[in-house]
Amino acid sequence: MTPARKRRLYMILLLVGGVGIAAALIFQALQENMNLYYEPVRVVKGEAPIDHNFRMGGMVVEDSIQRDEGSLTVRFGVTDYQETVTVNYTGILPDLFREGQGIITLGRLDTEGNFIAEEVLAKHDENYMPPEVAASLEAAKAAGLETEK
Amino acid sequence: MIPEIGHFALITAMVISGIQGIVPLLGASTGSNRWVNTAIPLTRTNWLFMLISFVCLTYSFITNDFSVIYVASNSNTEMPLIFRISAVWGAHEGSLLLWALILSSWAAAVSVFNKGIPPVVLARVLSVMGLIGVGFMSFMLFTSNPFTRLFPAPLQGRSLNPLLQDFGLAIHPPMLYMGYVGLSVAFSFAVAAMIGGKLDAAWARWSRPWTNIAWVFLTFGIALGSWWAYYELGWGGWWFWDPVENASLMPWFIATALIHSLAVTEKRGAFKAWTVLLAIFAFSLSLLGTFLVRSGVLTSVHAFATDPGRGLFILFFLVAVVGSSLTLFAWRAPKLRSSGTFAMNSRETALLLNNVILVVMCTTVLLGTLFPLITDALNVGKYSVGPPYFNTMMVPLAIPLFFVMGLGLMMRWKRDIAIRLIKKMWWVMVLALMAAILLPLLWIPDFNFLTGLGLLMASWVALATLFWIVGQGKSPFKQPLANWGAMIAHIGMAVSITGITLVSVYNAEQDIRLEPGQAYELSGYSFKFEGVEQLQGPNYTGQQGTVVVSFGDKVISTMYPQKRNYGPGSMPMTEAGIDPGLFRDLFVALGEDLGGGSWSLRVYHKPFLRWVWLGAILMSIGGILAAADKRYRKLAMRDEANLQQAVSV
Repeated sequence: MTPARKRRLYMILLLVGGVGIAAALIFQALQENMNLYYEPVRVVKGEAPIDHNFRMGGMVVEDSIQRDEGSLTVRFGVTDYQETVTVNYTGILPDLFREGQGIITLGRLDTEGNFIAEEVLAKHDENYMPPEVAASLEAAKAAGLETEK
Repeated sequence: MIPEIGHFALITAMVISGIQGIVPLLGASTGSNRWVNTAIPLTRTNWLFMLISFVCLTYSFITNDFSVIYVASNSNTEMPLIFRISAVWGAHEGSLLLWALILSSWAAAVSVFNKGIPPVVLARVLSVMGLIGVGFMSFMLFTSNPFTRLFPAPLQGRSLNPLLQDFGLAIHPPMLYMGYVGLSVAFSFAVAAMIGGKLDAAWARWSRPWTNIAWVFLTFGIALGSWWAYYELGWGGWWFWDPVENASLMPWFIATALIHSLAVTEKRGAFKAWTVLLAIFAFSLSLLGTFLVRSGVLTSVHAFATDPGRGLFILFFLVAVVGSSLTLFAWRAPKLRSSGTFAMNSRETALLLNNVILVVMCTTVLLGTLFPLITDALNVGKYSVGPPYFNTMMVPLAIPLFFVMGLGLMMRWKRDIAIRLIKKMWWVMVLALMAAILLPLLWIPDFNFLTGLGLLMASWVALATLFWIVGQGKSPFKQPLANWGAMIAHIGMAVSITGITLVSVYNAEQDIRLEPGQAYELSGYSFKFEGVEQLQGPNYTGQQGTVVVSFGDKVISTMYPQKRNYGPGSMPMTEAGIDPGLFRDLFVALGEDLGGGSWSLRVYHKPFLRWVWLGAILMSIGGILAAADKRYRKLAMRDEANLQQAVSV
């Protein structure tokens, strides 16, 4: 094998090795950090993972916001008009968080079926509805349920 | 009347763009001098009409002409003048007009600063830019016209999203667009070279300054966005791996790879096909970014109010641009054969590693950004990819990148010897290790492996760069601007990575509930809440809190975080109280009114945060200096330029 060919071979092997390592790292990182989205109806059915973060979205149930005295913990219900899940969150809620608005939350389930939220995101302007929440509302409408309150 | 003039000017500009895109190109291929010479006048006339169009829209905003739908949707009489002007590019249609204006401006600039470029090549470059212009202008005229009228005209407009009523955000899009569109210049040069079948050191020398300046604007635009997000939006965060942030970062990675690859093509005639490919991908990623932001496929704070028809148009345009340029590449690749070989141990290899790592970084970000879209489209599920994925991937990639960054400047072209490098550099590494381990031990209470790693990378690059400049054997003031540019830019990288490391590791934040008179202690600083009172601004009302920060007994500052309401139909805005500093930022934001005078607050202590942006500013300065180097301007001093080329980057 000529030196030039040998050099090219090393380059290719290096590249393939590098790509392999990069791919392995990517899959590893993705596995741990992908967050699947579940609607409340699927969470209640038990389809959501127990030991892993996931996202859940829906509308905040009217008159369901309860605050703890003396701490920043707040409890509220999230619904897709088919099922409702109670969410526990400790922290400051976003500015646009309000009853009857669409939100997406990230967290995990505890043993009692409550959702412990790490992060609560509300929409950022009046005209914007997160596509996932809009889709589940559409599904509920199609199923003949009332989505306007 | 004025909007009609603006509309007509836009149509005219599009027609001229079309002629600009076809006539000089045909002239270059058929050898017709007359047709080739139409390139410059067409380009400048195009720019003139785009300017008229943009000025008309701006005038409509300034005079509150609510008969134009776009003005009525984004502005009202109570907004201060400066924000009425920045509202021009505050939403989809107007920002496209700005994009197209900037495109015409870059083309006009190329039509002015082109000493030494043969007319045939210049004609091709300007033609390609004209074709791109046609794409954007027709996009506007067919789907997103900023001049559409509304009858009867409303008496008062809606408001500009309060988030955008801010100076930082007023200049962030123009800077970013200057970068995105500037990459179209590099793209056009690459396409022109492929059509002409000739790619040599002269071509690289023409391309480099334009690519450098586009990169400078992109760097500055991204840093501005991060800074703005920090004080206006992000509740103290400065980077969220949000899809639209990623959309600006990906072209930046490729543009950085491109400016380094161009160096090799200019100096050694190597990496030719690779450089052309990078130029194609850099611009394609800019277009992809445009698609992602405006098509509605992404869940993001940045997503414009959207319309699937628009998304489809951009997608087709993107496919057309990428498809045709890659086809051209496949056809012309044999003509782009590189001469010049190099050993495994050489500066070329170091720059190759730089390129490979940057491309891998870009690919990981691309994957993380597109993964949710792909899984959704394939109906596999609705996934989102969180920041930890990106953070995990960047660190192992950054380590070899920084190592090579420090080493690369010292390496010889074509063939170097390992022993020589080790002999020269071993003590620099020792100094860097000392800086990375001793400095934190002295000043930081809890030392952390990541801290040491980040500081090691930063000090290695900074010291190696200084060593390189000093080791040139000439006084720094006698060295070419390109050397200064490289030195300052690489030191800028070191400064940024120091900021990123320290703020990521030692960032302290807490959500707390305080009553007036109560204090909270964070990282040694005491935050005392003094209550909240009502507030009145030019076009908003709200509440203002007072927080006094002290360190021990000494009062450091008083901050006034606010919550503002910009009127019905708009969301409440949180204005944080920030005490900025070179070595730390203190940050307080009002949360919610919990009743009885108590409020929830978020407090932050962020060490070295400003270094992140300071580094970006240094990088921008470096890029400008490098682009201003004499050898790009003076053709006559060929011998001196050759001599300088031998010692500079």
